Amino acid sequence: MNAHVSPPSQRPGPDTGNVVIRVRDLHAYYGESHILHGVSFDVREREVVSLLGRNGGGRTTTIRAIMGLVDRVKGSIEIKGKQTIGMKPFRIARLGLGYCPEERGIFSSLSCEENLLLPPRVSDQGMSLEQIYDIFPNLKTRRNAPGTKLSGGEQQMLAIARILRTGAKILLLDEISEGLAPTIVDSLAETITKLRSLGYTIVMIEQNFEFAAPLADRFLVMERGRVVLELDQSELAEKTELINHYLGV
Amino acid sequence: MIISTQVLLGQLTIGLVNGCFYALLSLGLAIIFGLLNIINFAHGALYMLGAFAAYLALQLFGINYWYALFLAPLVVGCFAILIERFFLRRLEGLDHLYGLLFTFGLAIALEGIFRDRFGSAGLSYAVPAQLRGLLDLGFMRLPTYRAWVVVASLFVCVSVWFLLERTRYGSYLRAGTENPRLVQSLGINVPLLVTLTYGLGAGLAAFAGVLAAPIYQVHPLMGSNILIVTFAVVVIGGLGSTGGAIITGLALGVIEGLTKVFYPEASSTAVFIIMAIVLLIRPAGLFGQES
Repeated sequence: MNAHVSPPSQRPGPDTGNVVIRVRDLHAYYGESHILHGVSFDVREREVVSLLGRNGGGRTTTIRAIMGLVDRVKGSIEIKGKQTIGMKPFRIARLGLGYCPEERGIFSSLSCEENLLLPPRVSDQGMSLEQIYDIFPNLKTRRNAPGTKLSGGEQQMLAIARILRTGAKILLLDEISEGLAPTIVDSLAETITKLRSLGYTIVMIEQNFEFAAPLADRFLVMERGRVVLELDQSELAEKTELINHYLGV
Repeated sequence: MIISTQVLLGQLTIGLVNGCFYALLSLGLAIIFGLLNIINFAHGALYMLGAFAAYLALQLFGINYWYALFLAPLVVGCFAILIERFFLRRLEGLDHLYGLLFTFGLAIALEGIFRDRFGSAGLSYAVPAQLRGLLDLGFMRLPTYRAWVVVASLFVCVSVWFLLERTRYGSYLRAGTENPRLVQSLGINVPLLVTLTYGLGAGLAAFAGVLAAPIYQVHPLMGSNILIVTFAVVVIGGLGSTGGAIITGLALGVIEGLTKVFYPEASSTAVFIIMAIVLLIRPAGLFGQES
């Protein structure tokens, strides 16, 4: 594929690479409330896509639906060409998806390293513990600490690190910069940049537009359960006002 | 009142033996509650099945105690796996009252079937030849078999604790107890984990049942008698806490033994008085995490 020809530092740009996530007319419900109203979008291999929008717009529900964590969904979700509606979440994860939930989901009864080693490998492309400790040196010094004794930043790094070890090449990251000190947010941005250069496909939900703007190839703005705006990195400068309107800044 | 050291130590030792049964049973209840969120009212019936499995294996096939110690938990564990796979799984996601009602009904049905077939007189199971006789502990003579019960149950409890705290299966189980949905989205086959865990809990109950067969009568209702105390143990130790279930089980057996020395009238209610006090002071149990 052309993805292999281009040097890793070069952005793949739109319309190159295979579609790895194809969402069509996705509806989702929690109890009586209808949360997603026909969401459609594609994510291509090695692309970084950011889901923007106000809270309650349906971004987290979209990611949870992709992971099979929403009980009532209609429509179509294909991952690497495979229909996943109705599949059990662990089978979806084994297609090569790594999910980092908004609440980080660090297990308090497991040590830092047990948390890291928890998810089984889904491919042989996962990082080794040494590689992970290279990127996140804090996790090495805290390896025996109980999961919830870690700081917020350490927990966030652990939540990302544990999906990198599995060999998942598609990462779904929900609000990773939320509630963290600026220096930690900076180092997370470096991590994302590094991951994109390693060829990961990333879908990230961000409240913090400043954080997402330089990192993503494409932006999807969601509002009231629909994708209301889709932008490329190149269109960012000219459409700042429109984005600000949607984000309510 | 003057109490001789002999009587005291004697009751302590007997209490420890009872405590071993509480520990094995409450350990299984605690891991099942932790992962499945089901209060397994069938636990006493599974304990009874273990004792009957040993009894029937001996009567029908001449399988001796030592084989029964392995086979009965295996057979009862497989039975429980089928129950989980075909019945309990359908109740997943519903209010846990349904799980409670189902397992309660299952217990009544199993006990009814065995009472119909074997009557309620109780059947005796001989102590294996190697474990007959008495051990002279100095302060008392302890039947060798009861000493064996302590050794065997402590060994199994420590092994299970090791399995839960130091192995991969254990880390899945602990994580699954906290958040099964998230564990599944990390690629772990949680439905299989749930099935195996129910089987493990049932196997522990059956193991206790085999251990109990030579001491108590093999009786269709033997499980419902011990189950109530076991529930109290789990509540005192903290629902879902495995180490807590083991320690509390042993401790309550001993306390029950001591009550028999100091105030025999309260010996069967002591556990429940402690439960009430613990619930007032620490609602999550002694070893449970406040949420």
